[in-house]
Amino acid sequence: MIPISYYFALSAILFALGALGVLIRRNAIIIFMSVELMLNAANLLFVAFARANEALSGQVFVFFVIAVAAAEVAVGLALIVVIFRNRQSIDIDEMSNLKG
Amino acid sequence: MDAFALVPWIVFFPLIGLVINLAFGRRFGEVFSATVGTLAVFSAFVVAVLQFLSLQAHPHGQIVHLADWINIGGLQIPWAFNVDTLSVTMMLVVSGVGTLIHIYAAGYMHYDVRYKEDPGSFARFFIYLNLFIAAMMILVSGNSYLMLFVGWEGVGLCSFLLIGFWYSRNPDGSKGLLNSQAAKKAFVANRVGDFGFLLAMFLTFWAFGSLSFDQVLPNAANVEPSIIIAIALCMLIGVTGKSAQLPLYVWLPDAMAGPTPVSALIHAATMVTAGVYLVVRSAPLFGAVPEAGNVVAIVGAVTALFAATIAVAQNDIKKVLAYSTISQLGFMVAAVGIGAYVAGMFHLVTHAFFKALLFLGSGSVILALERAHHPLDGHHDEHHHDDHHDEHHDDHHAPFDPQDMRNMGGLRKQIPTTYRVYLIGALALAGLPPLAGFFSKDEILTDALHANMLVWGLLTAAAFLTAFYMGRQIWLVFFGEPRTKAAKEAVESPPTILIPLGILAVLSVFGGLINVPVLHPFTDWLEHTLGHDFAHATVFNFGVAIFSTVLALIAIYISWRLYGRKPLAAGEVDPLKQRLGFLFKGMENKWWVDELYDAVIIQPYRRLAAFLADVVDWRFWHDWVHDTVIGRGFGALARFLAEPVDMGVIDGISKGLAAVATGLSRGFSLLQSGYVRNYALMVFFGVVLMIGYLVFSS
Repeated sequence: MIPISYYFALSAILFALGALGVLIRRNAIIIFMSVELMLNAANLLFVAFARANEALSGQVFVFFVIAVAAAEVAVGLALIVVIFRNRQSIDIDEMSNLKG
Repeated sequence: MDAFALVPWIVFFPLIGLVINLAFGRRFGEVFSATVGTLAVFSAFVVAVLQFLSLQAHPHGQIVHLADWINIGGLQIPWAFNVDTLSVTMMLVVSGVGTLIHIYAAGYMHYDVRYKEDPGSFARFFIYLNLFIAAMMILVSGNSYLMLFVGWEGVGLCSFLLIGFWYSRNPDGSKGLLNSQAAKKAFVANRVGDFGFLLAMFLTFWAFGSLSFDQVLPNAANVEPSIIIAIALCMLIGVTGKSAQLPLYVWLPDAMAGPTPVSALIHAATMVTAGVYLVVRSAPLFGAVPEAGNVVAIVGAVTALFAATIAVAQNDIKKVLAYSTISQLGFMVAAVGIGAYVAGMFHLVTHAFFKALLFLGSGSVILALERAHHPLDGHHDEHHHDDHHDEHHDDHHAPFDPQDMRNMGGLRKQIPTTYRVYLIGALALAGLPPLAGFFSKDEILTDALHANMLVWGLLTAAAFLTAFYMGRQIWLVFFGEPRTKAAKEAVESPPTILIPLGILAVLSVFGGLINVPVLHPFTDWLEHTLGHDFAHATVFNFGVAIFSTVLALIAIYISWRLYGRKPLAAGEVDPLKQRLGFLFKGMENKWWVDELYDAVIIQPYRRLAAFLADVVDWRFWHDWVHDTVIGRGFGALARFLAEPVDMGVIDGISKGLAAVATGLSRGFSLLQSGYVRNYALMVFFGVVLMIGYLVFSS
């Protein structure tokens, strides 16, 4: 039986990697992938706690998160495709038209 | 059966006539408006006669309450009619003589409006006349001093309107404002008198707590005599204004600017007697304080003589009669002053007859000359008045005064009917038996002899002069040779004018019978109202009667010596002028009273007005207070509020707020970099901060 603190550490590492990716990468696809990484870090914790507490609700939650993430990716990829068509680029730093 | 309840109609009939003429008079023409106006007054006369008949059965009369008017605290004044022998006497005179004068006016104004080139004014004349009758009826029938005052002011207004009837002309017919000025003079002089009357009313209410005759008069004995003296003297000021006594008489001669029927109705027969009526009505007040009565008597007697002297030297036929009216009003005022109330009222009634006759007769004479001077006959059709308006425009300003007796002479041949009735009126005024004036004047003189020798002397002298100036007038107007072409071709007046003259002549002959000595029915009649103390029969005094008659005959003889034996030729100087010299000059110039008033009152008043207007109002109030103090002060205040306060403080606040908002938004706009990763970083730090707070705060 692997102690739960291991899951904590792995989840925190994954989340930190995801957050770092979102903040420093400029490619929109990479940012999306980093967001997925953060979501899955959260999913990992849900599953870990569900098992430690022998409760099913955490696992149910994970399914919801996976479904919402799929929907989010569908919308996000569609946006990225449209942006690419307009600008021939998916560098998000070039998308600064709404600057104040 | 009595008809007292009908008495309000004595006011309403003339008002109805007025309204009808106001609405339709101009449209339906002269015959219509004259008929309506005359019928309205005649209906009032019928009502007055019904009151008279009812009083035969119930001689103490009745108070007819018509409506509440003023009801404030202790002051309760209803519109009530007082029907008693005194008021009905006045009603009969006013409506009776008024009816005759309306008939006369229908004939007279037909010509007058054409000579004045304004035929549309015909209806207006009858509107004013009816309004006058209504106001006069309110005056004589009111049951309180205030109702009397309403009528008093109403007749004053009508007097003003009718004196200024031809308001854009002078008395001689030329264009000018003298008629309007005469109207204004009458109004202003009457206001002075009204002021006294108002004070008397205030005092009466203060002392008696009421203004109704039936509550004031019986209580005269319960009030401090000094207060009653004050009331009576204030009332006397009102009387001198309305009844043209010294010192306020000056308006009446100028009032002759009005058309002649007005002079007869308002300025001889009725309105000017209102003051006499007021004193007789207030007999218990004047009777309670003989001192006040003496003042009234002296004022009246002095006026009688004073005005008679002026009448002697006047050349205008109406001016002679005007001063004669003042003089005769002096007789009445003197009579009521010495307590001879019945004699005063008696003379009022007979004077109304013969003075109306004389004025209307003079109107007939004037008209005769005017018609001869520029004949209108042939232009009678009123639809063509526009045409002859132009034709007559040129010759209208010819310098011919149809009222000047020096332009007359020998008229008894041209206008015999007018001559006869005029002679009757003149003899009645001169006081020759058995005409009306003899009885009434004699009664006053007899009472005066017993009461006050000074008054008797003044009145007898005035009576002597009266006979003299009437004789002078008759000789100058009707005898001798015509002194002008107009006098030679004078035309007798139409029947509408002659019939009223005839009726008035009959009344002037037989009017004295209403209080014939021994029977004295008029005294008994008024005794029902005045009581025995104030209405005692005068014993006929043959000495006085013979003395005054002989004096009158001597006066007429002197006038014949001067004017009849050798008639005045055209352009000749008045024969009295050489004999009396300076005295005649004084009489001719009305003793310079108008000039005196001008110098003593009017000029200082004008100077005061000019001073107030120029120095006080213009320079001080306008230039200094308004322009300098208020204007500049306000300007400075406005500048202060505008520049430092509004532009500095208020604008500074709003501009500062705007600058703060701009700066803040500019600062915040820097956060909106447009870089998604920046936003993500901020979200990240935000989440870290929130979680940090949640973790470390618990």
